Amino acid sequence: MADTTVPAPSFALGETIDRIRRSSEYVVIPLLALVVSAALFSLFLLALGKDPVTFFSLVWKGGFGTGFSWQNTLVRSSPLILAALCVAIPARLGMVVIGGEGALVLGGFAAAVVAIPMVSWSPTFFTLTVMALVSMLVGGLWIGFVGYLRHYRGINETISSLLLSYIAISILNFFVEGALRDPSDPNKPSTMPIGPENMIGPIPGTSVHWGLVAGTIAAVAMWVLMNRTTFGFAARITGGNVRAAMAQGLPVGKLILVSTALAGAFAGLAGFYEVAAIHGKANASLIAGYGFTGILVSFLARHNPIAIVPVAIFLGGIEAAGGLVQRRLELPDATVLVLQGLMFVVLLVSETLYGRFKIFKAKGA
Amino acid sequence: MEDVGLSTVLLAMLAGAIRVSTPFLFVALGECLTEKSGRINLGLEGTLVFGAMAAYAISFETGSPWLGVLVAGFAGMAFGAMHGAICRLKGVNDIAIGIAMMLFGTGLAFFFGKAYIQPVAPRLPSVELGFWTDNPHLAKALEVNPLFLIGIALAVAMWWAFKNTRIGLVVRTTGDSAPAALALGINVDLVRFLATSAGGFLAGVGGAFLSLYYPGSWTEGLSSGQGLMAVALVIFARWNPLACFGAALLFGAAGALGPALQSVGITRGYHFFNAAPYAMTLVIMILSISPKRSLKGAPGELSITK
Repeated sequence: MADTTVPAPSFALGETIDRIRRSSEYVVIPLLALVVSAALFSLFLLALGKDPVTFFSLVWKGGFGTGFSWQNTLVRSSPLILAALCVAIPARLGMVVIGGEGALVLGGFAAAVVAIPMVSWSPTFFTLTVMALVSMLVGGLWIGFVGYLRHYRGINETISSLLLSYIAISILNFFVEGALRDPSDPNKPSTMPIGPENMIGPIPGTSVHWGLVAGTIAAVAMWVLMNRTTFGFAARITGGNVRAAMAQGLPVGKLILVSTALAGAFAGLAGFYEVAAIHGKANASLIAGYGFTGILVSFLARHNPIAIVPVAIFLGGIEAAGGLVQRRLELPDATVLVLQGLMFVVLLVSETLYGRFKIFKAKGA
Repeated sequence: MEDVGLSTVLLAMLAGAIRVSTPFLFVALGECLTEKSGRINLGLEGTLVFGAMAAYAISFETGSPWLGVLVAGFAGMAFGAMHGAICRLKGVNDIAIGIAMMLFGTGLAFFFGKAYIQPVAPRLPSVELGFWTDNPHLAKALEVNPLFLIGIALAVAMWWAFKNTRIGLVVRTTGDSAPAALALGINVDLVRFLATSAGGFLAGVGGAFLSLYYPGSWTEGLSSGQGLMAVALVIFARWNPLACFGAALLFGAAGALGPALQSVGITRGYHFFNAAPYAMTLVIMILSISPKRSLKGAPGELSITK
């Protein structure tokens, strides 16, 4: 009896090594893609007569070099985490939803609007809770509608979600420049401010708001949901093969609706934090492109909710450094967009490398 | 009085439909060709924006708007070729690549276009088709761009070619069944590469129309989703180039609604009417697509309708 249990530890060790070896493929290949895109971007800069070394050191300095830049980075990464979850959750079901921008804008707008009649009488905590819930509800319905259209009407979710983003932005502009415009603000068409006393303060000792914590908790919760529950298991099967999932009797429609609604709720929550912690009101500043950068974050993280957090911080840092790069190197503000687009393309090209390297294969497999 | 207002709006919509539809038409024909070969290119939105920027920049630098159109076409072709070349790699998803190309193309256009937001470039001339009428509004409405006429000719030519030529058959076979095409000795990847490149060329030309004719200047908000709506338009048109033309006119009219109402002094709800083309696209997709039956005329290899 005792003898048969002896080899067990070494067997487990071998298995662990194999596991690391296999999963490291998902880290090494995206990193390789990042290095290649950095190299290509360096060539692009050289062709324009700019120094790539200066560029990347400025990105480092502006994004991660000082305590101040770190805080700036983290403030930007919080909506990115939530917007990326809006891509990652439906992606597990094999859907490519790219309309997080719309849910973010509309969620933030709804949160700001619901606060207007409340600020005069409601205690801060209650106001903020209602705002957060409303933003999640609106975002959830918005992207949930995309899921509904996909499953029950057969409409491609990529196209419908992007169309809905444009509609959401029009809705915001329509009300902010019309019925709900704050007449006392002559500068930028905005809704009535929620008031400084109702704003979410920073995490003590920093200038970073609590959205970062909420985003991280949401990411961990989604990882648990997708990897450790029957719901997540059913979702992954559906993502692998819808017909097989239906043949197994899985409630595919319900899975799609719940996942897209959850996804939209997170994007809406990102809008809530932008309103309640940064702007204090809803206006065109909500249309900052977080929803689109979130797509790249999710793809870079291979739609793994936990991996989204560091990737969002990484891309948030690059965006935070945009201003510094623009001033010092006299490059247009779209420089960051070019770098992001290049990263995205190279990353997708790198998808073809999976399974081609022997080193990542388990021994005996 | 009311009547004058209504006819002005209708004429403005007709004029708008003709003007606004042209970029839709070019992108839709490009996408139609790409999709007929079995691939979808969502990146045409980025191609359109980059084409608009390139055409404007070239027109400003050289003084020749037609050279700008040509360069925009070739730039679009380069983007299409990139999409086509990447998609042939194993394990790469054409929809995801399209999204990436959309962001990449837009980023590059904004990057190089920064310097051209202020300057005024020579614009494309128009053809006066309204010489026979005394009604100045109608005459104005019938001032059309040569690209619109080229687009119509192209739609007819593509419709004819898909039905009657060897090339048309090869593209259709590739799109309907890659194994069947392989069995016929067709190089599937090459056909799709060429179809996507040609589609990119047309989308680039569509972009040139935006910056060189209507609205007629280069701004970063020049195209907001026209490239993407064109993709939806192709589905609505059931992959028929002639139907693409009709659908483009319809989309153009929807896009012209806001400005047309503005021209008679109705400015309330401008943003609301701005949303009209997107809402209409969505409604049309809802009405014309059913999950229960496959779409008539849909290329069998297309991932978006599978």
